[in-house]
Amino acid sequence: MEKLALSDEILMTIEKPARYIGGEINHVKKDLSQVDIRFAMCFPDVYEIGMSHLGIQILYDMLNKRADTWCERVYSPWVDLDRVMREQKIPLFALESQTPIKAFDFLGITLQYEMCYTNILQVLDLSGIPLWASERTEDDPIVIGGGPCTYNPEPIADFFDMFYIGEGEVVYDTLLDLYKECRKNVWDRAAFLREAAKIPGIYVPSLYNVGYHPDGTISNFTPKYEDIPQKITKQVVMDMSDATYPEKPLVPFIKVTQDRAVLEVMRGCIRGCRFCQAGMIYRPVRNRSLEDLKRYAVEIIENTGHEEISLSSLSSSDFTELPELLNFLIEEMGERKVNISLPSLRIDAFSLDVMSKVQDIRRTSLTFAPEAGTQKQRNVINKGLTEEDIIEGARQAFLGGWNKVKLYFMLSQPFETYDDIAGIADLSERIAEVYYDTVPKEERTGGPVSITASASFFVPKPFTPFQWAPMDTMESFQEKAHFVKDRFREQLNKKRLRFTYHSADVSLLEGILARGDRRLAPVILEVYKNGGIFDAWSEFYSHERWMKAFENHNLDPEFYLTRERAEDELFPWDFIDIGVTKRFLLEEWHRAKEGRMTPNCRMSCSGCGVAKWGGGVCIEAKN
Amino acid sequence: MKLRIKYAKTGRLKFIGHLDVMRYFQKAIRRAGLDVAYSQGFNPHQLITFAAPLGLGVTSEGEYFDGEFHSATTTEDMVNRLNAVMAEDMRVLDVRLLPDKAKTAMAVVSASDYLVSVRSGYYATETDRLFGHFQDFLEQKQIEIIKKTKKSEQLTDIRGMILEAHISAAQSFYMKLATGSIANLKPELVMEAYCNFLGISYDPFGFQVHRLETYMDGEQGELISLAAAGDILA
Ligand code: SF4
Repeated sequence: MEKLALSDEILMTIEKPARYIGGEINHVKKDLSQVDIRFAMCFPDVYEIGMSHLGIQILYDMLNKRADTWCERVYSPWVDLDRVMREQKIPLFALESQTPIKAFDFLGITLQYEMCYTNILQVLDLSGIPLWASERTEDDPIVIGGGPCTYNPEPIADFFDMFYIGEGEVVYDTLLDLYKECRKNVWDRAAFLREAAKIPGIYVPSLYNVGYHPDGTISNFTPKYEDIPQKITKQVVMDMSDATYPEKPLVPFIKVTQDRAVLEVMRGCIRGCRFCQAGMIYRPVRNRSLEDLKRYAVEIIENTGHEEISLSSLSSSDFTELPELLNFLIEEMGERKVNISLPSLRIDAFSLDVMSKVQDIRRTSLTFAPEAGTQKQRNVINKGLTEEDIIEGARQAFLGGWNKVKLYFMLSQPFETYDDIAGIADLSERIAEVYYDTVPKEERTGGPVSITASASFFVPKPFTPFQWAPMDTMESFQEKAHFVKDRFREQLNKKRLRFTYHSADVSLLEGILARGDRRLAPVILEVYKNGGIFDAWSEFYSHERWMKAFENHNLDPEFYLTRERAEDELFPWDFIDIGVTKRFLLEEWHRAKEGRMTPNCRMSCSGCGVAKWGGGVCIEAKN
Repeated sequence: MKLRIKYAKTGRLKFIGHLDVMRYFQKAIRRAGLDVAYSQGFNPHQLITFAAPLGLGVTSEGEYFDGEFHSATTTEDMVNRLNAVMAEDMRVLDVRLLPDKAKTAMAVVSASDYLVSVRSGYYATETDRLFGHFQDFLEQKQIEIIKKTKKSEQLTDIRGMILEAHISAAQSFYMKLATGSIANLKPELVMEAYCNFLGISYDPFGFQVHRLETYMDGEQGELISLAAAGDILA
C-alpha cells in the first residue's frame, strides 16, 4: 500500500476520514510509468455528494478505458480538513494515487449547480494552481469544466482554460489525442489551447472578446482569431448504444447521498416545461435499449453488491419500455433481494401497481409535481399535468391504500397572479376531499390523510423560454408565500394540509449566477477570499458577504435578477448552440405569455431545431 | 446454517468505522454471491451480526461476524470468493460452520489480544523508560483510572481486566484484555494508565493498537478463539 497523503494524526482528528483515503471497491489503479495522461476528475463539493453523481462515474470509467490515461478523483475537502490543509500547507491530492493535483495534466471540474462556484476556487487554491487561467504557467494542469453550468459558463469563464460543452462521450478522445500530440513537442500551453478550441464542443474563453453596451448588456462576443469558431456546438451522443456504461461503478466505504446502483434509462425529456433547463439542453430524448438496460442492471448489482437500484432520467414515465423494464427488475431484483427505488413516476394505474409491489404503501408518500396551482398557470409553464390527472391519480392511490401525498410547486413564476397561487391551497384541499369521498370511514386505517405542499422560489435559467423573464424579488416572494400559507389556514381540511416553502436568499444568488456574465468573476473571487466556500450548504452561506462583494465591484444584482430583458438582447450564453434555436425559445416565451400549451415531442414535433442532428425522438416514427 | 467469518482489517481501512464495516460486508457477500439468508418484508436485510466493534484507527487480524446462510461450500472456496471481491486492506481469513445452538459472536466475546506499538517519532527520548517498567506497572494490586461517561467521572480499578500482559519481542506491548458486555477494557486506557504510572504524558497518537484475536469462554472456562467454536468446512 502506498502512503496516504494525510497523516494518521490528521485523519484521526477530522470528520469522516474515509472521505480522503481512496481505495474504494472498483477504483482504478494504474502504473504511472505506463500512462501518458493524468486526469483528475473533480466534483467541487463534499465526498458524499460527489460520489453520488452518475456523470462522474461515467466519465471515470470512460477515461480509464483508455490505456494511456489514468483518471483519478478529487472532491472538496470538508471545512475541517480545508483548515488543516491551509495551516499545514498540504497540497490537494487525488484519491487513487494520493499525489498532488498540481502534477496532473488535466483537472476536470464538473459544474452541477451554481452554488459550487466558490468551491472551484477552493479546489484550485488548495492545489496550488493560479485561480485566474491567465496566470497559469506551463507547469499547471489544464483546467476544464463540464456539466450543466457550462451552458452559461461566463461568470466563471476566467477561472477555466476550457469548457467541454455537451456529453463527455463524444470528443474527449479527440481532445486527449491532441494533448498527447502537443506534448510530444516542446509543450506550449497557448498553442494547445488554440488547437483545442477548434474541436467541436470545446470552448476556450480566453480566445474570445466580450464587449458591453453602456447599459451593461453585451454588445459583441467575438473570437480573437479567424480560425476560432464563432459558435460552440453542444456535443450529444445520438445513438445511446455508443454511450459506454460503467459496469463497475465505485462503491464507497461510507454512506453517501445516493447509496445505490443507478440505471440511466434515457437522456433528455420530451415534455418541454418552460422553466426547465435540463428539458432544453439535453434535447433530443434518446433511450437506451431495453436489452442493454437489463444487462447493465444485473452487471452493476453483481459488481457493486448494492442493496438498492434506482432509475435515472428526467421523466422515467416517458421511457417507452418502462413496463418491460420494471417487470424485469421486479422479478430479477426480487430474487436477489435488491430493493427498487422508484423515481417519481406519473401517477396512474400502472405506476401504482408497480409501487405497491416494491414499496411499503403505508410508509411511502405519493408525489405530484403540478408546479402551479391553476390550469391557466400550468399552461403558462407548459406543464402538461391537468387537475383531472392529479385528482384521478390521487383517487386511485387512496383506493390502493396510500394516504400521504406530496405536492411540489414553484412560486414567483412569470405571469402568475394571486389567483394562481391561491390555487395551490385549493388544489391541496380538493385532494384531501377526494380522500374523504373515496375511502369509506371503516377503511381509513393507516392514520389520517396528509397532504404536504411545498413551494420553491422560481429561478429563470438560460436556454429556457423564461430566460427573458425577470426574477421576482425576495419581498414579493415572501408576500406570496404568506398569502398561500393564510389561504391554507382557511381550508376546511386545514388540519390535514401542510404548506412549507424554502425562502432562501441563496435562490437570489443562484438567479444572479445562472444568467450572469464575465464581470461576475471578480465578485466570486472576492467572496472566496473572504472565506466563502460550500455556499450550497446553508450553514456556510452568507448572503451579506456576496452582497458586499457586488457593491465593492459596482455591480447591481438587480441587473441580473429583476431586469426585463429585451427580446433582441445578446445573452452571455448565446455563443452556445444547444440545437434548440433562440427563435423557438422566443416563440415559447410568447406562447407562455398567451397561456398556450406546446405539445410534447411524442405528440407532435414543434420544430425546436434539434432535429437537424437526426436522432432520438426527432426521428422516432410518429403517427 | 450458521457460519462464522474471521477477517483482518488493516492499513487505510482502519479509518472505516464499525457501521461502515457492516455495510461493507453486506455488499461484499452479495458481490461474492454467497447464499446468505435475508429478513422478510419490503426492505430485506442480511441476517449477519458482528462481534466486538473495533475503534476507529485500530487495525486487526482477529475480527468476526456471524451469518445465517442457506447453503455453504467449503471454507477454502468461500474464503477465496470473498477475497476476490475485497478491498485492499480487508482480508477474509477463515469461515467456520457453527453448531446450530451456538450463541452469536456478539453475545459470547469475553477477551481480546492486542499488540500496542509506539509510533515512530513518538516517545523517542523515553523509550527506555517506556519499555523498562511495564512489569512494575502490572505488579500493582490496583490500577485505578478515571472512566468518563457523559454524565459522570468514576474511579475504576482495571487491574482485573488485564488478563495477561508483557513486553513482546517486537518492542511492543502485548496484552490480553477483557472484552464484551460484562467487562470491557480498551488498550488505550491501559497505556494511559501506564503513562500516568511512569509520570510521562500520554499522547493518544503515540501508539498504534492492533487486535490479534478475539476470544470466548470455552467449556472448561478456558479462553478459545471465536473461530474455534466452529468447524472447518472441508
Ligand atoms: S425537433 Fe421536434 S421532436 Fe426533436 S426535440 Fe425538437 S420539438 Fe422535439
